[in-house]
Amino acid sequence: MLSNKEYVAVMQIHKPVDEGKLREVINEFVGRIYQKPPVRSSVKRALRIKEVYSIEILEVEYPYVLMRISCQHGTYVRKLIHDIGEVLGVGAHMRELRRVKTGPFKEDETLITLHQLSEALYMYRELNDDTLLRKAILPIEYAVSHLPKVAVLDGAVGALTHGADLAVPGISMFHEGIRKGDTVVVFTLKGELVAIGQAMMHSEQIIEASRGIAVKIKRVIMSRGTYPKYWKSRQR
Amino acid sequence: MGIADKGIEFLRKLDTFGDVKRRWIIKVESETDFNYGKLPYERNVDELLNYGIINLDKPPGPTSHEVVAWAKKLLNIEKAGHGGTLVPVHF
Repeated sequence: MLSNKEYVAVMQIHKPVDEGKLREVINEFVGRIYQKPPVRSSVKRALRIKEVYSIEILEVEYPYVLMRISCQHGTYVRKLIHDIGEVLGVGAHMRELRRVKTGPFKEDETLITLHQLSEALYMYRELNDDTLLRKAILPIEYAVSHLPKVAVLDGAVGALTHGADLAVPGISMFHEGIRKGDTVVVFTLKGELVAIGQAMMHSEQIIEASRGIAVKIKRVIMSRGTYPKYWKSRQR
Repeated sequence: MGIADKGIEFLRKLDTFGDVKRRWIIKVESETDFNYGKLPYERNVDELLNYGIINLDKPPGPTSHEVVAWAKKLLNIEKAGHGGTLVPVHF
């Protein structure tokens, strides 16, 4: 998933370092950084620019530094920590890592273990009680909840599921602040996920326009037939 | 509450979950036909199993691939994926 991530990591530094210098150097790594994927990785090993949005130092107790790191997808935290060690001059390695956020998903009441999932299934299958299972499995719409949204009129849905792009007349409501080129998610007025696309207009343009393609559809999620392909206007 | 009101309420709920603070701009006010589709939280378990997402706390040790295989077996479903894997960490 190409969404932003948040981690809590333990860095182990190899020799003592003045805490002021430690904080200063760690701060230097906030922003854009260069990274080359490690040997043991599934991506092409070309030099890439990644963005570290923030590093919060939670605790320092030599030789460990506990940090919360928010970064762009594809950032290697292990490499980041190694490089911090290099700049510090003493060397460092990542001792422990836990991802605490992936896109919209974080450690809240929706987070469950395999054990809990298994219990929820038992309750549903053996005891006919689906309450735990409904807490365990979220509607797919949650996966894209962090992206800007456009809600369409019923009459536009069928065409979208058959490959059409979204034209302005099909739009009912949409988020402010959409910029041309943004990835946006198309929903029905029932809140159902229809498709994911790329905005061809800014929000301000969508307000003004009466025609034109507003969103180029990249991936259709809703199955065809959920809404009719052709929409007959209602008779008065 | 009309269905569209409930649908819009659900969209706002998604915004909260995804930490999106944008306001909605209404271009055309409309209702939605109850004959087609349904509110996402009214899907039955079978529909959820085909069209849902689990925020799974993966245990350290097994790979994401193995965990997905277990989940597929547990849930008795054919298609499932995962949203990324952590690099193996050695202690």
